[in-house]
Amino acid sequence: MASTAIHDTAVLHHHDHGHDGHHKENFITKYIFSQDHKMIAKQFLITGIIMAVIAMVISVLFRLQLGWPDKTFPLLETFLGGWAEGGRIKPDFYLALVTIHGTMMVFFVLTAGLSGTFSNLLIPLQLGARDMASPFLNMLSYWFFFTACVIMMASFFTATGPASAGWTVYPPLSALPKAISGSGIGMTLWLVSMTFFIASSLIGALNYISTVLNMRTKGMDMWKMPLTIWAFFLTAIIGVLSFPVLVSAVVLLIFDRSFGTSFYLSDIVIAGQVLPNQGGSPILWEHLFWFLGHPEVYIVIMPALGITSEVIATNSRKPIFGYHAMVYSLIGITVLSFIVWGHHMFVTGMNPFLGGVFMITTLIIAVPSAVKTFNYLATLWRGNIRFTPAMLFAIGLVSFFISGGLTGIFLGNAALDINLHDTYFVVAHFHLVMGSAAIFGMLCGVYHWFPKMFGRLMDEKLGYLHFWLTFIGAYLVFFPMHFMGLDGVPRRYYAFTEFEFMKEWLTVNTFITWAAILSALAQVAFLWNFFYSIFYGKKSSQNPWQSNTIEWTTPVERIHGNWPGEIPTVYRWPYDYSKPGHHEDFISQVTPFSETMSSNLPHDFEGNPEAERIQEEWIKNNPVPQKATEEV
Amino acid sequence: MRQISSEQYKQNLKAKKFLIWLFIISSFMMFAALTSGFIVYTAGSAERGLKTILPQAFKYSSAVIIISSITMHLAYLSGKRLQFSKQKLYLIITISLGFLFTYFQFSAWQTLTEQGVFFVNYNASQSFVYIFSGAHLVHILAGIIMLFFALAGVYQNIPQVRNIFRLEVSSIFWHFIDILWIYLYVFLLLNQ
Repeated sequence: MASTAIHDTAVLHHHDHGHDGHHKENFITKYIFSQDHKMIAKQFLITGIIMAVIAMVISVLFRLQLGWPDKTFPLLETFLGGWAEGGRIKPDFYLALVTIHGTMMVFFVLTAGLSGTFSNLLIPLQLGARDMASPFLNMLSYWFFFTACVIMMASFFTATGPASAGWTVYPPLSALPKAISGSGIGMTLWLVSMTFFIASSLIGALNYISTVLNMRTKGMDMWKMPLTIWAFFLTAIIGVLSFPVLVSAVVLLIFDRSFGTSFYLSDIVIAGQVLPNQGGSPILWEHLFWFLGHPEVYIVIMPALGITSEVIATNSRKPIFGYHAMVYSLIGITVLSFIVWGHHMFVTGMNPFLGGVFMITTLIIAVPSAVKTFNYLATLWRGNIRFTPAMLFAIGLVSFFISGGLTGIFLGNAALDINLHDTYFVVAHFHLVMGSAAIFGMLCGVYHWFPKMFGRLMDEKLGYLHFWLTFIGAYLVFFPMHFMGLDGVPRRYYAFTEFEFMKEWLTVNTFITWAAILSALAQVAFLWNFFYSIFYGKKSSQNPWQSNTIEWTTPVERIHGNWPGEIPTVYRWPYDYSKPGHHEDFISQVTPFSETMSSNLPHDFEGNPEAERIQEEWIKNNPVPQKATEEV
Repeated sequence: MRQISSEQYKQNLKAKKFLIWLFIISSFMMFAALTSGFIVYTAGSAERGLKTILPQAFKYSSAVIIISSITMHLAYLSGKRLQFSKQKLYLIITISLGFLFTYFQFSAWQTLTEQGVFFVNYNASQSFVYIFSGAHLVHILAGIIMLFFALAGVYQNIPQVRNIFRLEVSSIFWHFIDILWIYLYVFLLLNQ
């Protein structure tokens, strides 16, 4: 046994050394290959922002084509060369733009940029941990993501262009390198990039779950966790269960592309040549893809919902309405997200009975979503609202979530979907409910936790400008699309000039493009604000929003290991705002009940008789001073 | 300056060990997707389906992997009882059995091709057999690498806490890929 004892001390010694806050960090270990969760969060955020800007510019490019299908823009040829010969975007390149816009926004911005940033930043900080379960894997997760971004961007520099089969990459377009120009090397790079991306998000998700379950500080039981953490935790669970399915789908696709198997391919004629592939089924891809694809949209929106819960409660100076209901509705969304994928496939020749089943499960999702929406509104109701930029973006999320969610009820209906599928109605729906809503959640988080990340505050005035232009711009872009969709205008088309009934929508398209340009320009206000404030913003105090959660008990300097001394113990839930009887309108989670005798309520003690007795005694000895209530 | 208590260190190890369980869940989901894909595909038409006899080699490999699970457990037990030479021995046996398993899988593929069941096949149900066993084989190789790490640990005489940690993690994973193969084999037998 002696050897074990020696071994143990050796470990402890080694470990102490490794985590010594004072050991030297050089530029590379601090800013590049950092294992500190706060730095990794910032890396995710800035990479995500860069990807968002690229994806946004891409969207403006294809909006130019849709807005003015007959006009030439010589400037485009200057920048894009062969992709825009004669100043008009080529049809092939248009498809590539649409595909890459979708892929980047869904995966790189709203999955990695959102979950990657805020899960990494907040899980250790709000739970009271020094770092993630595995800081090394955390670093690996970021670098896989970065590699994925580089490879995806590289596809713009190939002769045949990036992948063009849409972000859902349905075979046969994605399975046959000769199908369209984007099916060649561009598609291969897409697959390689996504392989890295899946690895990155899986590693990240494993880390988040393990940290949440194993590394909470003393007193932080699951029901004392902020709703942000609940949202990140459940998002990670969805990721762990759904991304491996995409791996399977992609493996089969790669074999179809490069080895001649026929999982997805059958009866195909290319340029007059009959391909040998027989017996495959493209529907199989759709099943596998949407088993990931649908949970993926909840991976996108749930962190945004969690961030919003926190920000709305803090800035309404009220406890979140229905904390337990919020958690259970997140759990409900998590479970339901896995049994609704068929609603993307209503028109694939699916058995109508099966379509009915998927319709019912889909419509049930309206219940937890509505619970969340009503709880947000009830939290705002008669709150002492502080309209910080973060708060505005949180309210903006609620607005988009409602207006986009309502159209989901139409689309989830198997019969109505016959008319509406693949039209601009769908585009309008998901851009509001998961696109705009999630990006607003992300921006809300950036404004709110900027002081935690950089120790400085962002400019409020620019924040307001950014919010109003983006909010109005997004509605102007997406609202008219509903009507186009109802009229049957299909999505992903290069131009609407060839069809008589669509011609009347040309003016609307021009209007939408102007709105898109306006919203894109509004982001300049954000970008300036963000990067300027990192260096020259107003210095932040330790707890600028007077918030209860424990990340605001860490020093502004953001040290390695988060807390200089012992990790604080948590005594209460995170939403004790404006508690009657307390002298301030917030009580931090680390404040024990013994310091807030004047505001304690019987149910605070969770049935602990000793604590209740002490409280009763205190109330007896400290009678509430009678105010002059008679003066009316 | 911060003191890290041994309790906190154990908490970190616990969190890291938990990662392997989560990885197992995600890996299980991948195979669940593949086997569901098989079911969906095969149900699509009467012309699809395995329509062949599975090679005998799969039986041998199943036996090998079950035995290797036992030796893995023995290695774990001896590691826990500080019997390091025994731990080395059992780990080496487990690794060898892992390679033997790989050999049998390859010979099964050979038998399949002799039966005319090729990977590139217009009846993709048959291609799936290669996908299942191939994807599983990738896991076996990963498992063997983990076992080598555990073995290297004993030779380098790393601290017992870390030795046990490596042993536990690799044995959890090894038992998982054992069960996974049994699942895949039974699944294929049922669809034969």
